[in-house]
Amino acid sequence: MTADFDRRAFLDGLLAVGFVSTAAAMAYPVARYLVPPVSGEPETASAVAAKASELKPNSGKVFKFGNRPGIVVRTPEGELVAFSAVCTHLDCTVQFKADTSQLWCACHNGTYDLGGNVVSGPPPRGLEKFAVNVRGEGADAEIVVSRA
Amino acid sequence: MLQKTIDWLDERVDLSEIRHFVAEKGVPVHTQKVWYYLGGMTLFLFGVQVATGILLLLYYRPSAAEAYESVQFIVTKVEFGWLIRNIHSWSANLLVALAFAHFFSVFFLKSYRKPRELTWLSGILLLFLMLGFGFSGYLLPWNELSFFATKVGTGSAGAMPIMGHFLLRLLRGGDDVTGATLSRFYGLHVAILPAMATALVAGHLLLVQRQGMSVPLSIEKKLKPGEKLPQMPFFPNYIMRDVLAWYVLIAVLAALAAFYPWELGNKADPFAVVPPGIRPEWYFLAVFYTLKLIPSHILGFEGEKIGVIAFGIVALFLVVVPFLDRKSLRGERSPVFTVLAVLGLVYLVTFTIIGHYAK
Repeated sequence: MTADFDRRAFLDGLLAVGFVSTAAAMAYPVARYLVPPVSGEPETASAVAAKASELKPNSGKVFKFGNRPGIVVRTPEGELVAFSAVCTHLDCTVQFKADTSQLWCACHNGTYDLGGNVVSGPPPRGLEKFAVNVRGEGADAEIVVSRA
Repeated sequence: MLQKTIDWLDERVDLSEIRHFVAEKGVPVHTQKVWYYLGGMTLFLFGVQVATGILLLLYYRPSAAEAYESVQFIVTKVEFGWLIRNIHSWSANLLVALAFAHFFSVFFLKSYRKPRELTWLSGILLLFLMLGFGFSGYLLPWNELSFFATKVGTGSAGAMPIMGHFLLRLLRGGDDVTGATLSRFYGLHVAILPAMATALVAGHLLLVQRQGMSVPLSIEKKLKPGEKLPQMPFFPNYIMRDVLAWYVLIAVLAALAAFYPWELGNKADPFAVVPPGIRPEWYFLAVFYTLKLIPSHILGFEGEKIGVIAFGIVALFLVVVPFLDRKSLRGERSPVFTVLAVLGLVYLVTFTIIGHYAK
């Protein structure tokens, strides 16, 4: 009687181990499949943001920097500055406000000065600053923005 | 632990009916019972298709510009993406093969006879749906082979009398196979057909549970009045055998996926020269080859039209078989229908083989 019971318990255990291993063997590839592969695209080093002539003093433009937005601004003094346009709070895209000459995030009312530093609102830190160069002369001059 | 959970549930929702059903359900034991496994195996592969299909949806992009690239991305960049895609493709083929085997076994055993006409009806509709799944899914990787095969396939639908042109435009989403066709086939493949299949599978299974397994006519006739076949409990005896069959399928699928990866081929290009050897999936080969053989005109009618009508009649015949076979309905042998089934099987097998090797 006991021998019979032990054999049954043993076989049941063996069966359970088999089922659990099958489930694990299926779950592992599925779990790995669900994690998206790291993008093969290299980090963008630089991009042409705009023609120098299209940016008047006290205006800004959002441009494509790799696959994320950047923003280039000509200050009222005529100086060019560029930042990542991704708000450090929750990844919204910031814009230039001409009336206050500040960068403003419409999602939660965060503001940054033209040095990229937080002025008010929820952003935890300043915007990533990019280096700005002007390539060429006259009307064809391009504003080239690169990772600092 | 498990017992505690069941008790907890039982206290709140009375489980006695389910418990009763589980304890009572039996499967008749006789020499032909091996055919009972086919339905369960087909059902298992349907589950595999649903699971791997959902996984593929996470990366697949249904547009002419991105479909091919996204499948390429799945099989080359995503971890185990090759495995998921290969299993989906292989399982689809095995599913159709098993569905056909299930269909023929039921036909030969005359299990469609009263009271199981509705089970047969839902089953035959499911078989057609599976072919629809295969046809629509074939195009989704948007490669050369599938692109031209879809042109041919939708083209033969256009040969249908009266509503042919309408049907062709309905299928293609226009006059030609384009990105619009891909969108349609995608919607069909991942939404419309799954919804219909789920409802039909549920109905099919409900009927099987309600009525129990059919006993083949030949065995039923040998029983003395009042005599009953011995029964095997479904839980756990029979279900364990079912699971064993599913394990065989898992092994076959894994081996096929690993050693015979499904080719992706070249991206579809509507302006490319048609590559030689364009043919549909193997389960359409018999029909494809038959339509090829029919002369262009028969007694003044277009040959293609006659072929398509003939296949339509065969499909209709299959749907209403339980109502035509009066003899098996009365529990008598019906050799005519057995002969028809044999002819059908021989036709399908030979024409598929010839179609495969034909130039």
